[in-house]
Amino acid sequence: MLGEFNNYFWPVLVASITIIGIIGCYVLLKLTGKKGPENDDNSTSGHVWDGDLEEENNPLPRWWVGLFVITIIWGLIYLALYPGLILTDGYLKWSQLGQYQDEVKDADKKFAAMYKDFGQMDLEQFINNRKAKKIGKKIFLNNCAQCHGSDARGTTSFPNLTDHDWLYGGKMIDIKSSITNGRNGVMPALASIGTKKDLWDIAHYVKSLSDSKHHPMKALRGKEKFGICASCHGADGKGNQSIGAPNLTDHIWLHGESFEGIVHRITYGINNEMPAWNDRLTPEQIHLVSLYTRMLSKDNH
Amino acid sequence: MREKVISLYQSEKKIYPREILGFYAKWRWFFVWLTQIIFYLTPWIEWGGRQAILFDIASRRFYIFKHVFYPQDLIYLSVILIICALGLFLFTTLAGRIWCGLACPQTVYTEIFLWIESKVEGNFTKRGRLDKSNWSLKKILIKFQKHFIWVIFSIWTGFTFVGFFTPIKILFIESIGLSISGWPLFWTIFYGFLTYFNAGFMREQVCKYMCPYARFQSAMFDKNTLSMIYDSDRGEPRKGVSNKSQGDCIDCNICAQVCPNGIDIRDGLQYECIFCGLCADACDSVMKKINRPANLISYTTPYMLRNNLSITKKIKIFFRPRIIIYSLILLIVIGLFLYKLNNRYDFKLNVIHDRGILSRVDSNNMLENVYRLKIMNAGLNRDGYKLGVDGLPRIKIDDKSMKNLEIQLDPTEADTFIVTVEVPINSQKPGKYPINFLLRKEGSDNVIFEKSIFVVPEK
Repeated sequence: MLGEFNNYFWPVLVASITIIGIIGCYVLLKLTGKKGPENDDNSTSGHVWDGDLEEENNPLPRWWVGLFVITIIWGLIYLALYPGLILTDGYLKWSQLGQYQDEVKDADKKFAAMYKDFGQMDLEQFINNRKAKKIGKKIFLNNCAQCHGSDARGTTSFPNLTDHDWLYGGKMIDIKSSITNGRNGVMPALASIGTKKDLWDIAHYVKSLSDSKHHPMKALRGKEKFGICASCHGADGKGNQSIGAPNLTDHIWLHGESFEGIVHRITYGINNEMPAWNDRLTPEQIHLVSLYTRMLSKDNH
Repeated sequence: MREKVISLYQSEKKIYPREILGFYAKWRWFFVWLTQIIFYLTPWIEWGGRQAILFDIASRRFYIFKHVFYPQDLIYLSVILIICALGLFLFTTLAGRIWCGLACPQTVYTEIFLWIESKVEGNFTKRGRLDKSNWSLKKILIKFQKHFIWVIFSIWTGFTFVGFFTPIKILFIESIGLSISGWPLFWTIFYGFLTYFNAGFMREQVCKYMCPYARFQSAMFDKNTLSMIYDSDRGEPRKGVSNKSQGDCIDCNICAQVCPNGIDIRDGLQYECIFCGLCADACDSVMKKINRPANLISYTTPYMLRNNLSITKKIKIFFRPRIIIYSLILLIVIGLFLYKLNNRYDFKLNVIHDRGILSRVDSNNMLENVYRLKIMNAGLNRDGYKLGVDGLPRIKIDDKSMKNLEIQLDPTEADTFIVTVEVPINSQKPGKYPINFLLRKEGSDNVIFEKSIFVVPEK
């Protein structure tokens, strides 16, 4: 009931005020546009300033009235064409969303030819094509750099794209898949597998895998508890790209290398998401930005 | 008792100025030719494979011979406008409405349209009679002829105007093939219509009612400003030719007949007067016929007219403090403008600190900040650039991004370059530090310094 009322209250109010306003303007013009029978040439409004300064009672100038009438006609035409009254869609069926969609369609058409050439490129061609590189960089800066950084080297929890540590694989097809459909890296909470002490032991073992600073005895104890971790990260801790389980044997710590942090993640798990871009970027754009990413990691051989 | 009410509504009477040739009219025609030749030919000039003067609004670049201006160069446009304003101040103080009378587009186009009108319809009396006569086939033909020429001329003017903003050769080919469309077509018609309407119909009313310059000129006049002045001491009382004991004015009214703004100069200085000097030309021609000295109406100052001044005194008047101050300011501004114009670097640098990553530590224990550098080559050749950074001890651009930093840009090209800057970890206390990027054009000593900040986080 109230919803119905809200749906109609404002449109009706706006439309009424608009129409009454226009009619009011016209009536006012009619009343003041002509000289009344009671006004002779010398009549005044009766207002007097400084003793002798009087306001004459002249009709509005005709050219001015004409301009005003034109604005009224213009206003009515506008209200007929556009959804100015809110109650109707207007003759042109114009809307912000429609205009936006039209512009996107125009832009897609305009750039389709250009992207067609770029959509099939391989890495070698890309590296030698200045224009393609520039566009790839622009797409990256406008869409990816917010998380991965302008230099694509990431920061805590956002992967560095220029090293050779690929969470989901570094082939073109893997990168394109990551961008197109997004990724959701989930590590479950494992608090139940042991006591707090056990979890610390596991953390020391994890550290030992990459020869980082650790306590050998604790690491030895932690190794026994590592079994459940191995189901994702592998028995050797080298990770699994098919599910995005990170390699624990290198010195790359996506979420930080402190013991507290590692224990916290084992305890509570972590859910790291990369959004899907298939509704923002065209396949050609995804191809270009993937090539750009590949190029950045190639540079670091 | 009430006095008569004066109506403020007045429909303009059409003015039929009588044709006249003389000293001032020749100058007027000289400026008509000068301004129009410049206007119509400029867009056709080629320079270095492109249109020499092109205001390319769509791609936001103004080309003026060897200079290319970008939106970042707005200051130069502002200074040009300031120079124009100061120039108007100086010339108005010195010579009154000389701009209005000789070179203003409104005057120039009115003159051209009047010339066409007189060629088609005949002299001023014939034109007046034609307008009063009843409509006939002959009148329609004459009027059609005039408007046809006016419209052709107006469209050509509109086309030329648009040619300053769109490459005129392409525009010309499109126009010939009737494939011109969109905004160029709109502006051609719009500007053409304004020319037709203002020069064909509005004419002196633009000066009288619309022009803002005419409104504030009076603030710049002083008693030594040159103006068109009727020597009333010499001229009055007016009378016939025979009675020589009286004033020199024979009341032939020719000064009023030639006036394009429909005033009588003998009523004194009026706001409608644009100092075109046609009344002086007309009066001189009559004075010559009746053997009286010229300059009954002349371009002088009230002070000079009343006092018989020696030539040195006259020159002194022109070097009064007001003129000298205006000139000095004008010269200084023009000098600074030319200096800056010829010493501006033809490349630009803009630095933005990365918005996603404030700072981070890399695997080599270096503290990193990331920057986006927008570099633009505003010059005419492909150029290379070298980048440096300073402002903190041991600050440097890291090796990886240095390796990718071969900055080569085509003329008018802009590109974004990503730079990672690093200092050893723990070498600075937490805080924000000002740093400088230095960009040097290869093969030159031109260096741009651009400020930014380096963030050292807590912890």
